Amino acid sequence: MGHFDAAQAAVSAALDAGARYADARVMHKRYESMSARNGDIEDLVSDESAGLGVRALVGSSWGFFAVPDMERVTEAGHRAAEIARASARVPSDPIDLIPVPAQTASWASECVIDPLAVPLSDKGDLLVHATKAIREHGADLAEAHYQIWDTRKWFVSSEGHRIDQHIRECGAGISATSVGDGETQRRSYPAGRGQFGTRGWELVNEIDLMAHAARVAEESRALLSAPLCPSGETALILGGEQMCLQIHESVGHAIELDRILGWEAAFAGTSWLDLSRLGNLKYGSELMNITIDPTIPGALGSFGFDDEGTPAAKRYAVRNGQWVGVLAGRDSAALAGLDYGGSVRSDGWSRLPMVRMTNVGLEPGPHTLEEIIASTDDGVYMENNRSWSIDDRRLNFQFGCEIGYEVKNGKLGRMLRNPTYTGIGPRFWSSMDMLSSEIVNWGTPNCGKGQPSQTGHTGHPAAPARFQHVRVGVRS
Amino acid sequence: MIDQIFEQARKALPGADIEVTVEHNRAALTRFANSFIHQNVAEDTTTVGLRVHHEGRTIALSTTADPQALIDRAAAILGDAPRDPGWPGLAPAASLAGTPQLDPTDPGPDARAEVVRGFVEAAGGLSTAGYCRTVRWAGSYRNSAGQALDATATSADMDGIARHDGADGVARRHAVQLSDIDGAALGARAAASARAQGDPVELPPGRYEVVLQPEAVADILSNFSYHGFNGKYLNDGRCFAHLGEAQFDPAVSIYDDPFAGVGGRPFDHEGTPRGHLSLVEHGVTRTVAYDRRSAAEAGTASTGHALSDDNWGPMAVNLAFAGGSSSAEQMISEMRRGILVSDFWYTRVLDPRTLVITGLTRNGAWLVEHGEIVRPVRNFRFTQGYVSALAPGRVLGIGAEVTPLPNIRRELQNVSCPAMRLASWNFTGGASG
Repeated sequence: MGHFDAAQAAVSAALDAGARYADARVMHKRYESMSARNGDIEDLVSDESAGLGVRALVGSSWGFFAVPDMERVTEAGHRAAEIARASARVPSDPIDLIPVPAQTASWASECVIDPLAVPLSDKGDLLVHATKAIREHGADLAEAHYQIWDTRKWFVSSEGHRIDQHIRECGAGISATSVGDGETQRRSYPAGRGQFGTRGWELVNEIDLMAHAARVAEESRALLSAPLCPSGETALILGGEQMCLQIHESVGHAIELDRILGWEAAFAGTSWLDLSRLGNLKYGSELMNITIDPTIPGALGSFGFDDEGTPAAKRYAVRNGQWVGVLAGRDSAALAGLDYGGSVRSDGWSRLPMVRMTNVGLEPGPHTLEEIIASTDDGVYMENNRSWSIDDRRLNFQFGCEIGYEVKNGKLGRMLRNPTYTGIGPRFWSSMDMLSSEIVNWGTPNCGKGQPSQTGHTGHPAAPARFQHVRVGVRS
Repeated sequence: MIDQIFEQARKALPGADIEVTVEHNRAALTRFANSFIHQNVAEDTTTVGLRVHHEGRTIALSTTADPQALIDRAAAILGDAPRDPGWPGLAPAASLAGTPQLDPTDPGPDARAEVVRGFVEAAGGLSTAGYCRTVRWAGSYRNSAGQALDATATSADMDGIARHDGADGVARRHAVQLSDIDGAALGARAAASARAQGDPVELPPGRYEVVLQPEAVADILSNFSYHGFNGKYLNDGRCFAHLGEAQFDPAVSIYDDPFAGVGGRPFDHEGTPRGHLSLVEHGVTRTVAYDRRSAAEAGTASTGHALSDDNWGPMAVNLAFAGGSSSAEQMISEMRRGILVSDFWYTRVLDPRTLVITGLTRNGAWLVEHGEIVRPVRNFRFTQGYVSALAPGRVLGIGAEVTPLPNIRRELQNVSCPAMRLASWNFTGGASG
């Protein structure tokens, strides 16, 4: 049975069993990862996952059933409808879906060098050499890793969609940890978990891990004897990678419509955003322009169609500081009275599609990081995320970075260890008074959400920025 | 099935160290929000794992598709794999330390929906949200060193909140069988907690004495699991543990046990049987969790805590605090001034070596004065060392009742916690800024 035929059979079975709408995804996913520690390969993993998940809508609720065996797709359709019917024991009003024109389409991400075709020995040599160099430059613990995903999926809906996609993603990173008397200090490159995109191995070649091995080692060692980040209120300049985290946690999750509607209240939390204020709520300063854009070539949250068959399209979430858009799916949009979805994905065939970030990020500002520092008389510069915590409404956050620097009279000064900052989302974003034009499409491959747990891949265009009157240096 | 795959692998990879796992997972989760079931899912999956070490090279593979293709793939790429000088060898033949308790029934979506309905109705009209989950896992392991294990485990979990005027009350429970989950009792408890949070005040940050409910204590164990009792972290110098030292109050004993009525896996992903592992005895840190690689590096034996899905290192996944002799009510009555905390939220480690954590309170906090709950307080942000919070002299009471609680992110993982009274908790700010 072909992939589309299997998906169609599952959909038909769900309709026969009483569903008023059904869709199915056949997915075939290959995953490869390797990690090195202190000059030796520690872990080499090669996984293959294939199966079908079918979603059936009966009354107010979805039912979902997943099987790895294509001989059981009819059973899967029946079981999905049966599960949805059981939900009627605790019912609500019937769910609507906003319309999405049925289409037959095919899409593939750009890939210059197939990452799974690069010899394992070459990939291993890169990690071994990088970790050896980190150790030689003084770190106690040197780590390096890469991850590759190669996903093919075939989507069929009871409304006539037939869409196949081939998405290749990969990325890599290194880190150095130095162990001191009672604490550790870590430096990583390009980011705490590396840099990732919907690209081939050319991404890994471009980030040039070896060129940064000595620096991260030396910085992790130097941090052990650096002064603590001072406590107080000051001007805060964030590097681009930390801005990625700031956007992800305090904007991306907050604009998820399922959170706003309360669907994630118990586990992931809700949102401070009130739908009645959409289009009429200040989120930040006028420099703040945030887009939802799964069409960015090579960014980690890019695709041709989401997992409901909605074509990828760009829209604004925040424009000139005003909240104007959300991440939505067909059901949540209908409930909210909106006319767009397009942000629903699942992390595999065995998981229910749900509202996820795509590429949520900043449009460029007018400055450069160099100009931002030069115009700051007194402040702190922080880069590379180390810890993140935010409340269940996505308002109160406390983030820690790997490294900080004093900024005095327009210049970077002493290195600072254990830099942290805290704030309230809209107040913090309203204090952004300088934004760089140096956008990088950062990739976050570890966004957790949903029950059963799903790991999302999201992209975040981000650039360095300055914020005023921020509380820094929070500690135990 | 597994014996056939194992023999095929031996033929295709002669002379290699080989281990094969087959895991069959029937998991279902019924999710509710705004007091109705909005997501309801189930999966019936079989995953075959194969790890091969030959001539100094190691590769781990898995598939949900064709096992023969998996073996062929291993044979094709093993020679190109980088060298692995730290290969610790295969687990030797050993028997299971016990047999997990099982749910004799096979709960379907209707049974889970009834538990949810009990929770929703008992909340008395408050908006509710949460989940009810059942899992039946069957795992088999074979290796070329002669180890052969088969086991089955079940679990049932519920986690829910009730919402009232912007305040949430929580109730959670883990069990081996669904019939031990009383949705109505949990819903009533969550609703009572939510209703008790009207008109909260914001207190200034600072160090407060606290009584932590079991749901909050669970967060301490969860962070100990990830960053604390982790043999890889200890080898790397990133772990708080000093084996043999009295790092905790004498009232503190912590252990990991998949058989203590909690429904864990009886062997790990390397085929090492798991049993009762005493990590802290009367305040003295005795050991940490090891897999084969971290154990070999440390010159000790694996404790059976290898994970399959990442290189995080070994984790104790059925952790428990030993119960004391008090109760939450008694500990509150003995507190002159402090905070009663229901739950912690979004905690993250600032430094694994000191296990300093930042996070927030959630699902209810109350000011206690002269042994009485005076009034609800708004959520706090805190930055607190978890080891130092339990240091000698800092634990003022531990509840006798130990509550099994789910790991809300992972199946067949759980923690068992009593309420606990601690001398100091460092609240660094109000959640409103």
